[in-house]
Amino acid sequence: MIESLIESLLLRYNYVMVVVLMLIGIYAIIAKSNLIKKIIGLNIFQTAILLFYISMADVVGGTAPIIEEGATDLVYVNPLPHTLMLTAIVVGVCTTAVGLALTVRIYENYGTIHEDEIPGVEA
Amino acid sequence: MTLLSNLPVLPVLVPLVSAVAALVSGWYDRRAARPIVILALALDCALAVLLLSSVVGGGPISYHLGGYAPPLGIEFAVDLLNAFVLAVVLPIMLLAVVFAGPTVGREVPAEKAVSFYVLLLLLATGICGMTLTGDIFNLYVFLEITSLAAYALIAAGREQRSLVASYRYMIMGSLSAGFILLGTAHLYVATGTLNMADLASRLATLYDSTLVHTAFAFFLVGLTIKTALFPLHLWLPGAYAYAPSPVSIVISTAVAKVSAYATLRVLFSVFTTAFIVEYFPITDVLLWLAAIAIIAGSVVAIAQTDVKKMLAYSSVSQMGYIMFGIGVADPVAMAGAVFQILGHAVAKGALFASVGSVIALGGPRDVRGLAGLAARMPVTAAVFAVGAASMIGIPGTAGFVSKFLLALGAVESGRWVFAGVILASSLLTAVYFWRVIEVSYFADEADPRLPAKEAPLSMIVPAALLAAACVLFGIAPDIPLSVIEPAVLLLLGGGP
Repeated sequence: MIESLIESLLLRYNYVMVVVLMLIGIYAIIAKSNLIKKIIGLNIFQTAILLFYISMADVVGGTAPIIEEGATDLVYVNPLPHTLMLTAIVVGVCTTAVGLALTVRIYENYGTIHEDEIPGVEA
Repeated sequence: MTLLSNLPVLPVLVPLVSAVAALVSGWYDRRAARPIVILALALDCALAVLLLSSVVGGGPISYHLGGYAPPLGIEFAVDLLNAFVLAVVLPIMLLAVVFAGPTVGREVPAEKAVSFYVLLLLLATGICGMTLTGDIFNLYVFLEITSLAAYALIAAGREQRSLVASYRYMIMGSLSAGFILLGTAHLYVATGTLNMADLASRLATLYDSTLVHTAFAFFLVGLTIKTALFPLHLWLPGAYAYAPSPVSIVISTAVAKVSAYATLRVLFSVFTTAFIVEYFPITDVLLWLAAIAIIAGSVVAIAQTDVKKMLAYSSVSQMGYIMFGIGVADPVAMAGAVFQILGHAVAKGALFASVGSVIALGGPRDVRGLAGLAARMPVTAAVFAVGAASMIGIPGTAGFVSKFLLALGAVESGRWVFAGVILASSLLTAVYFWRVIEVSYFADEADPRLPAKEAPLSMIVPAALLAAACVLFGIAPDIPLSVIEPAVLLLLGGGP
């Protein structure tokens, strides 16, 4: 039972890493009071999702999906999730930019980037 | 003719292209941005109405972007439900932009006017895309466009506290979008497609798969954060309360309602009723959460002294009604939930417009500060009273129709307790709105901080139109119901 569990986890180590990264990201978002560290946590969380898409589309022994004449026995990786992630990367960059811009404005207004030092902020 | 055959994509393109036009002409003259935005949104409203009428007359439209047929290409699938939502949301956005005129220079710094208007147009782009798309990854992209524009708009004002509120919203919104993206990934692994209609038909044989259950759980968490269902609503009060007044109107109506629409679409068109009732029995959980949201939102709203905060918590409660309809999942209650999309949008729009014009003109934010409002600003006070009546659910307003349908649906499906929840919530809602109406109409002397005279026309007219819509749809609910009822039957029948 245990052995088969470990074996299946080792075989899917990429998904295990995705989950670990995602939890690190969520931990940073929840536990850190520094607003920039929270954004870094968000980035880690988003990166985990990117890795999930990218690794799920990979095929063992697969090559880039460029069709060559004469080559019939080639195995291709699935290009669709990879292209989707280009969009997700752009979205992630935009979110980071907006978040950092907000952090700059918060620093200008309150003189701190620590959430618990900002006065008058309630839930 | 070629223009009309591209009708489904035009509501997205018009604001997108006009946003660039407004930005460029804003460089030359700051005043040029506003007319362009108003014109673009007016055109968009006309397109939405045209789209609705052609769907009512000719049935669902499937538009293939770039000419690539689905499921490989991206599809815009227009049916009664999303054409209806679009026709509700865009006119309110237009009114909010008209309303925004006098707030620029007061709540929003004048030098930011151009980017403020451009962001409103980008928000409209995202909203139209979210509503019209038939592709689940496309939904995520438009959701992010909408959210990013909303974060920036919330922080656009002079109000210092809006920065932290916007930051919180950004963190929660990005997490929610991340969960939706993960759900999409799981669905793609399970089926190999991203088209909603194709997903629905391929998922039908996979309802027992844990992969699909995981996907559903991710979607559910992501979408309930977006719709601010209790207990994931914590970003909402600050974002609604501290945003500039026109932005409060837009996010509490357009953004909130389109998120609710996306929830309906994913739950019923992608996963179908059979799945959420039998294979992954979530409706009872949603019903309980909605009931808690409805009561808790109202109770917390009673405790607020800031009027906009009070309206925000009232939104937590009112969005609960939409989830309530999903939880009951029978045609009558669902019609109530979709009617609530309309009813709450116009009523909350009217309320935020009314309170917003007081605050934008330098008036106070607290409930006591509205003492004597009716004497100083009679129209604004009347708009507030009508909106409040609709929130409480007094017969003759739009709010009554949706609450009546929801209670009727709950009773018909044998859930008496939940019908009681709706009645109790109406009483609680009456408590917190009555405080405001009492001070504004029956106070002995006016608060000196109130604006001396009535708000300018460009604020009164949108507010009054929204209030008039509350009454119109309350007196003549058949007009929207003639679209809502077939739309709901189509939705519950599964498949977009």
